[in-house]
Amino acid sequence: MKDHHEPTDPTDAGPADSGRRAFMGVAAGITAAVVAPGVVLHSVTAAPRSEAVTSDVRWGLLIDTAKCVDGCSACVDACDRENGLNLQNKPASASQEHWDDQKAVWIRKVQLQDNQTGRVTNLPLMCQHCEHPPCVDVCPTGASFKRADGIVMVDRHTCIGCRYCMMACPYKARSFIHKAVEDQLTRVPRGKGCVESCNLCVHRRDFGEDSTACVDACREAGHEAIVFGDLKDPESSIRKHLAEMASRQIREDLSLNTGVRYSGI
Amino acid sequence: MKRIIYREWRIPPARYWGLLGILASVVVIGALAFAYMEHEGHWVTGMSNSVVWGTPHVFAVFLIISASGALNIASIGTVFRKPLYKPLGRLSGLLSAALLMGGLLVLVLDLGRPERLVVAMTTYNFRSIFAWNIFLYSGFMAIVIAYLWSMADRHGEPYNRPIGILATFWRLALTTGTGAIFGFLVARQAYDAAILAPMFVVMSFAYGLAIFMLVMMFTFTEEGRPIGERILCRLKNLLGIFILGVFYFTLVYHLTKLYGAKNHDLVGWLLLDGGIYTFMFWVGWVLVGGLMPLGIIYHPVLSKDRTWIAAACGLVIVGGLASMYVIIIGSQAYPMQMFPGHTVLASGFFDGVQGEASRYSPTIPEVLLGLGGVAIALLITSVGVRVLQFLPESLADDVLPVDEEKIVEQGPAGAKA
Ligand code: SF4
Ligand code: SF4
Repeated sequence: MKDHHEPTDPTDAGPADSGRRAFMGVAAGITAAVVAPGVVLHSVTAAPRSEAVTSDVRWGLLIDTAKCVDGCSACVDACDRENGLNLQNKPASASQEHWDDQKAVWIRKVQLQDNQTGRVTNLPLMCQHCEHPPCVDVCPTGASFKRADGIVMVDRHTCIGCRYCMMACPYKARSFIHKAVEDQLTRVPRGKGCVESCNLCVHRRDFGEDSTACVDACREAGHEAIVFGDLKDPESSIRKHLAEMASRQIREDLSLNTGVRYSGI
Repeated sequence: MKRIIYREWRIPPARYWGLLGILASVVVIGALAFAYMEHEGHWVTGMSNSVVWGTPHVFAVFLIISASGALNIASIGTVFRKPLYKPLGRLSGLLSAALLMGGLLVLVLDLGRPERLVVAMTTYNFRSIFAWNIFLYSGFMAIVIAYLWSMADRHGEPYNRPIGILATFWRLALTTGTGAIFGFLVARQAYDAAILAPMFVVMSFAYGLAIFMLVMMFTFTEEGRPIGERILCRLKNLLGIFILGVFYFTLVYHLTKLYGAKNHDLVGWLLLDGGIYTFMFWVGWVLVGGLMPLGIIYHPVLSKDRTWIAAACGLVIVGGLASMYVIIIGSQAYPMQMFPGHTVLASGFFDGVQGEASRYSPTIPEVLLGLGGVAIALLITSVGVRVLQFLPESLADDVLPVDEEKIVEQGPAGAKA
């Protein structure tokens, strides 16, 4: 295993470490620099974390579909900018339709209608950061991996581009990089022929920031439909929200214990 | 019963080199198609984030399972002690190794990162069926080579049966493993079915035998070596049984799907309004790959005619490719059920908006890469039979061993059927 793969330990249910938990500021800007890098606003550069990721935290998202607004794509746009997905260019000879099917997408807006009641729901859909990720199970090389803090991602140095993980993901959350990308962000390098998906802005995690690009954008747009946080910390805002509102997982039948929860669907 | 003599394939050099030239050109074209897709990236293919495995996988999986099926003849000869099939064991082994090679090449060259094959060979995730398959494939290759040695070399003789038994179990594991690649994908409705594994095994029997029969008939007639009625009749009947087996599994597959009410939509779509996939199912899989060859095989007159038998084999192969197309691509095109009881009105990622299936149309390079794999398999076979003694000199009725039943019932002098 590469040294940046933190070994995942399924038996990590011990009491949450309070130092790690302190990363979760209640609101943006509150610092709680208990352990090395400290919490900073994402506009401020901070030193990268120096110690290993632990399983004391499990990062997750809660999406309140009642607050997700029809026609708004703030989260999608912010994700595209944050992770350099907006730097993908349609090849001149490709049809728009074909390109739309092929370009990488980490988060998409989905609009649903209940067949029985006609009620319409909007929601963002991204990698659900499954506790038992099928994508990790099937990956022949172990390139798909789950970090100790629950983030599921792809090691782009060992991914052979077999796309088996895409076949196995029940949420169609993964994208294949169909063509070389010229402009890249150093924090999200992208190689033709590899697979990738939402990584909960892992670069922000590792610089100790306390939110994701989609969460920030949704708040800035005035909707606050997405909450990010530590699912293991009873004091975190995501846990408090989850305690108050009914939520569920998409495709609960598969028992994947996803890190992304939805209310109102 | 006479001693079986094996001899290299000696067709006139001009014909032989002509054949090799054609096959080599197809291989080169396939290689160019690969180079193009590798250089440009997969955007030049019809594959997308929804249909992630395209036409190369159709060919690759078809070739791989056919490889396992092609070994049938050798297995029947050694493991089930049917002397009639023994003379064909060598060709069966060679073809099997060649088809596997062709299939694996296509699979590897369709990777997003084919140059990282070393990674795939050195870093394993043992929970992945795909990783197991890498062992199943390489092990199969090694076993088949050992098997060939045990058939061809006097020193190998005593090991022939044990190796044959191992090979039989191994190839069953291999096809089961290949079927399981699909059968264990709970995410997709069409795949979430363990029956896919045995279904692939039976399909492998039919496709592998059809390819074997065509290669056998072609090599023998090209050189004027005789093939008797007996062996042909046996092989033909065997093919008929395998086709019926494929039908049986196809039926059970759809019935088990229908049993779960949540899958009614899927089956309805596939059988009635899946567009190209419905067409491929009824016309390709059922009619061309099943009913037509069965009609020929059990026809009182046509079944006696070698050209028609060859045609039946060809139809089984075409039907096999069509069934792979339906299984591999159709199952991906059908929208994933993420929100039961809801209709997707809009999505930035084509999540089956209004229940619509994903788009996919194969591009020329994909098809060429697949054909390149077929050509590699045939090229290996042609070179093999030319330089080594794989083909028996004659399969005429009086040369072949008597049917084992007759040995028991009437003694070795039993009359022919
Ligand atoms: S949602 Fe898909 S990509 Fe994300 S962890 Fe689960 S299976 Fe893997
Ligand atoms: S595409 Fe990459 S990450 Fe996905 S299963 Fe294959 S090797 Fe693993």
